[in-house]
Amino acid sequence: MLLRTAISRPEKFSMYWKETMRQMDDIGIGSIIIVSIIAVFIGAVTAVQFAYQLDGTLVPRWYIGYIVRDSTIIELAPTISCLVLAGKVGSNIAAEIGGMRQKEHIDAMEIMGVNTASYLIMPKVIAGLVMIPILVCLAAFISILGGYLSSVVGGLITHEEYLRGLRSFFSDYNVFMMVVKSLVFAFILTTVSAYQGYYVKGGSIELGQASTQAVVYSDILILLADYVIALLLTQ
Amino acid sequence: MIRAVDIRKSFDETEVLKGISMTFEKGKTNLIIGRSGAGKTVLLKLLVGLMEPTEGEIWYGDENFSQMGKKQRREIRMEVGMLFQGSALFDSMTVEENVSFPLDMFTSMTKKEKQKQVDYCLERVELVGANKKYPSETSGGMQKRVGIARSIVLNPKYLFCDEPNSGLDPKTALLIDELIKRITYENEMTTIINTHDMNSVMEIGDNIALLYQGELTWQGNKSEVLDSDNELLQDFIFASPFLQRLRDAALQNTK
Repeated sequence: MLLRTAISRPEKFSMYWKETMRQMDDIGIGSIIIVSIIAVFIGAVTAVQFAYQLDGTLVPRWYIGYIVRDSTIIELAPTISCLVLAGKVGSNIAAEIGGMRQKEHIDAMEIMGVNTASYLIMPKVIAGLVMIPILVCLAAFISILGGYLSSVVGGLITHEEYLRGLRSFFSDYNVFMMVVKSLVFAFILTTVSAYQGYYVKGGSIELGQASTQAVVYSDILILLADYVIALLLTQ
Repeated sequence: MIRAVDIRKSFDETEVLKGISMTFEKGKTNLIIGRSGAGKTVLLKLLVGLMEPTEGEIWYGDENFSQMGKKQRREIRMEVGMLFQGSALFDSMTVEENVSFPLDMFTSMTKKEKQKQVDYCLERVELVGANKKYPSETSGGMQKRVGIARSIVLNPKYLFCDEPNSGLDPKTALLIDELIKRITYENEMTTIINTHDMNSVMEIGDNIALLYQGELTWQGNKSEVLDSDNELLQDFIFASPFLQRLRDAALQNTK
């Protein structure tokens, strides 16, 4: 219902554009550091743990690069990044919209004749759909770099071995899966959070609860969607 | 002119408004008064369309607001301004941006024209020079005035004010009342004010409606308040012994 109301012709395109740009800055630029920090450790830990598992086996050690690349692209970059973004961006969206509801900003806009569902939610959803896949791609790249740092600089394998792994068995279909996942996850985390904020009632305790619920529901739905997408795209 | 026809509103089993019928006249300050919990805010929200009545109709001029679709209501709302109890100014915007917001959203005015209209409205509420301040940098009285400026920037036909004097000192409250009255007369607006400030009642009450437990118990104007024998009205307006003595003195003088 809320989404149906939100998808409508803007009262003034320039105002929606301005708000979308602001949200892109908030969601995209504002999340680069946290996504990068997490990504570098994802790659580093994957490389170290895979090296540990390879000990005493016949599997060549250059497989570390290959495993870091594929596990990052297919699963870790989109899923872990979006779970973290649900916490950062999702709770921010719920708190921002919920705060506007409590301070009567939404009522004020409604009385002016603004379609608040559209003006407050659509720019966030569009900004999420544009910026989160970009963040996920960045996370994948940095994660692979993290794997390099821990395995090559850490002395587990050589530079050439890591590169050989990275260049082996590459399938661009995996990148397609990553983009599909990041788009779906972005849609889930922006809409669920906006819904929780838009319909908040009561005071600061309820606003805190809405913010928490936004994160919890987004995380559960992201994990569920991850499983469904994995089933559908790997058949 | 706005008309409420047999308005009823219930929340679950509780009936908050019990068949309110009244007319809010054009070019006048129409006051809704009553104790906390009397149903004033609910009535105001119903009139402006933020809530739907359980029964009854609301008419804006000759148009039945209750039967309008969302699109038609948005068109009507272009003619409505509202001042909220907490001012409801957008924190991330300056005073100027707050006042300009309806113009940015709904008009195709040039930047220069918008600036001129914003300056004109800020001048009317005596806030010249406050353009670049953020709401957090202004006092409660200034925030109310910014709220008024924003609500009149599109030259509305209808102005709604929810507790415009709450949280203000008596002097500032009088200034806000005077401002609302002046704008109402100059722009020939239908102004509806929800208040429990007795100064407002006696100063700007062109048309006063007293709500008690969801019912309309008295209607009149400020000059009829003193002479009214309605006990609920007298209890409400002259609640303290001090005000009762003042009323008695005023009545003796008139005799």
